[in-house]
Amino acid sequence: MDILRFITAGSVDDGKSTLIGRLLFDTKQIYLDQLEAIESSGRVNEDGEMDLSLLTDGLKAEREQGITIDVAYKYFTTPKRKFIIADAPGHIQYTRNMVTGASNSNLSIILVDARNGVQEQTRRHSIISSLLGIPHLVICINKMDLVGFDESVYNQIVEDYKQFSKKLTSKDITFIPVSALKGDNIVDRSTAMPWYDGPSLLEHLEQVPVSQDFNLEDSRFPVQYVIRPHTHEHHDYRGYAGKVISGIYRKGDKVVVLPSGQTSTIKSVELGGKELEEAFAPQSVVLQLEDDVDISRGDVIVKQEEELDVTKEFEALVCWMNAKALKPGAKLLLRHNSTETRAVIREIQYKVDVNTLDRIEDVDQVQLNDICRVQVRTATPLLVDPYLKNRSNGGFILIDETSFTTVGAGMVAIVSHESELNYMI
Amino acid sequence: MTKRYLDYLDQLEAEAIHIMREVAGQFQKPALLFSGGKDSITLVRLAEKAFRPGKFPFPLVHIDTGHNFPEAIKYRDELAEKLGEKLVVRHVEDTIKKQNLSEPVGRYASRNGLQTYTLLETIEEFGFDCCIGGARRDEEKARAKERIFSVRDEFGQWDPKRQRPELWNIYNGRIAQGENVRAFPISNWTELDVWNYIKRENITLPNIYFTHERECLVRDGKLMATSDFIYREPEDEVVTRKVRFRTVGDMTCTAAVESVAYDIDSVIAEILDSKISERGATRIDDKLTETAMEDRKKGGYF
Repeated sequence: MDILRFITAGSVDDGKSTLIGRLLFDTKQIYLDQLEAIESSGRVNEDGEMDLSLLTDGLKAEREQGITIDVAYKYFTTPKRKFIIADAPGHIQYTRNMVTGASNSNLSIILVDARNGVQEQTRRHSIISSLLGIPHLVICINKMDLVGFDESVYNQIVEDYKQFSKKLTSKDITFIPVSALKGDNIVDRSTAMPWYDGPSLLEHLEQVPVSQDFNLEDSRFPVQYVIRPHTHEHHDYRGYAGKVISGIYRKGDKVVVLPSGQTSTIKSVELGGKELEEAFAPQSVVLQLEDDVDISRGDVIVKQEEELDVTKEFEALVCWMNAKALKPGAKLLLRHNSTETRAVIREIQYKVDVNTLDRIEDVDQVQLNDICRVQVRTATPLLVDPYLKNRSNGGFILIDETSFTTVGAGMVAIVSHESELNYMI
Repeated sequence: MTKRYLDYLDQLEAEAIHIMREVAGQFQKPALLFSGGKDSITLVRLAEKAFRPGKFPFPLVHIDTGHNFPEAIKYRDELAEKLGEKLVVRHVEDTIKKQNLSEPVGRYASRNGLQTYTLLETIEEFGFDCCIGGARRDEEKARAKERIFSVRDEFGQWDPKRQRPELWNIYNGRIAQGENVRAFPISNWTELDVWNYIKRENITLPNIYFTHERECLVRDGKLMATSDFIYREPEDEVVTRKVRFRTVGDMTCTAAVESVAYDIDSVIAEILDSKISERGATRIDDKLTETAMEDRKKGGYF
């Protein structure tokens, strides 16, 4: 059994909460006491059916206003998979929440109201999913019951969407006609749409291949913590604790420690004091090296064969998440895996229109929920990868230097190899 | 193409270890909140995986209401002894005396809410900048929205509207003087995941998690263990039943469930079959109002 992490985006009107409620309800993840709580709140829809959206709208303010203000996480399991849902609100002002939820997701469910077809919001959610490197998209054409389960309505929407989706980087796109309210094609295949011969949503979620979504090619092991027991039994023990964020590590592998460039060989790969044959992404392990090298938190252990370099300069897409605008020259803290360094936004190259993917040039500042392309320079050299090549080593966050709040999410686009460090080597 | 497969429990374990090591790497003075319940027992096993053969970079901290199950206290002391790790225990009783707090009275009297005062006092006493807790997002709707690194102000308060966005597995533990962080490594685990992990890791639990005969009060349809601490009226019905505890907290607010499950496998089978959620079945404190947990968290609770 493995794990599929997926995001659902959309507004209350699209029936997103109803869809999640339906998935949880039909896979029997909802308990009697939770149902009673919904019943006793007295909220039912016009057909007298229970309002399943109440299962996902958790906070008092949300229930009072009938909105979702933050990413909520929900869980369900079938005999085939464990599922983690990041439920993100769909209103335009909540781009930052969708970006947050999408950052950890491998699949995105995008809801289209069959009566309205592909809307600006559909495009926006698809574009954000694509920018965040989500490999699998599922377009659920919802409320099919309200268009008489008409095949031609469905076909037209699929056609429109395919026209638009040519510019997306996500290549695995699946279309499913559903009625979240009535349960058609959610868990069981619908009998009302015999013209559709694909899987139900749950069937698709259970079989979409995700193990290949982990990058096993590029070896990246950021050191989080150094284990030095100082006991009699483990007198000289020095273990580098971290997570294999991509790649595979084995005993005997020749490695380089970056940024220092020191080389050594892996003496052992361990977990909980026991030796392992190998470690691969996303395992958390301890590496011991043959040589006594100086390694601390923030260093990255990579394999020698990969010929890598660190850099202080790169271009990135940044989703701005703070009410205070971002301006060129802004100094921020940048956290990339277990490294934190100071950074300056040297230039804002353009803004991305998240409804069309068009570039908006000549911008002098970036507002909350904007996505922009910037040039970044860091105080210390980093080992970063282009985000779409290696998601786990291409993302970083920006932190305000005084409030310490997270103000931006960055995705490396191009790594500059003209850095000073290169000249030094 | 190279292929590897990591089972879901290994994935959850890897994520939790990574979070614990981020706590160790980012904070000066962390602590692990240990209650003697299965979730914090799981945290301890994860800490062993994260830091052995080294020592834990934090002590285990127990906020003792004085109304805990003796079995859980005995288990706590034996575990700390066996691990060779530091255990800090602070008592709600002492806080009540020191701060001149009123002991809750009446039918639903429980010191559960008072734990917050002792926790904040303990955080201040030791200067803890991060407390690792065993809360899970599947437990309760307010918890479903809390971050893995959850920043609390100097009063320990959680403000759901001012949470930091949390992306990828990059955790922002930067805080101002006086603030602290609650870190939740098993946020993405469900009750069943915890039990399956306990089974896989062959972890011993306090025996109250398994069936035993116990004298209970029947209160609002729930079975409450009889003890000196629970409020009792002459007309309260007292029964002896085969029960187990699905969660282990304070005796005054943790109900038992009727059960014949005698080992981990039968507990797992029982949960799979259960029609009532974990907290719904056992927690009196969540039932009092619809937003009980949200309100307690805003006030500094775990």
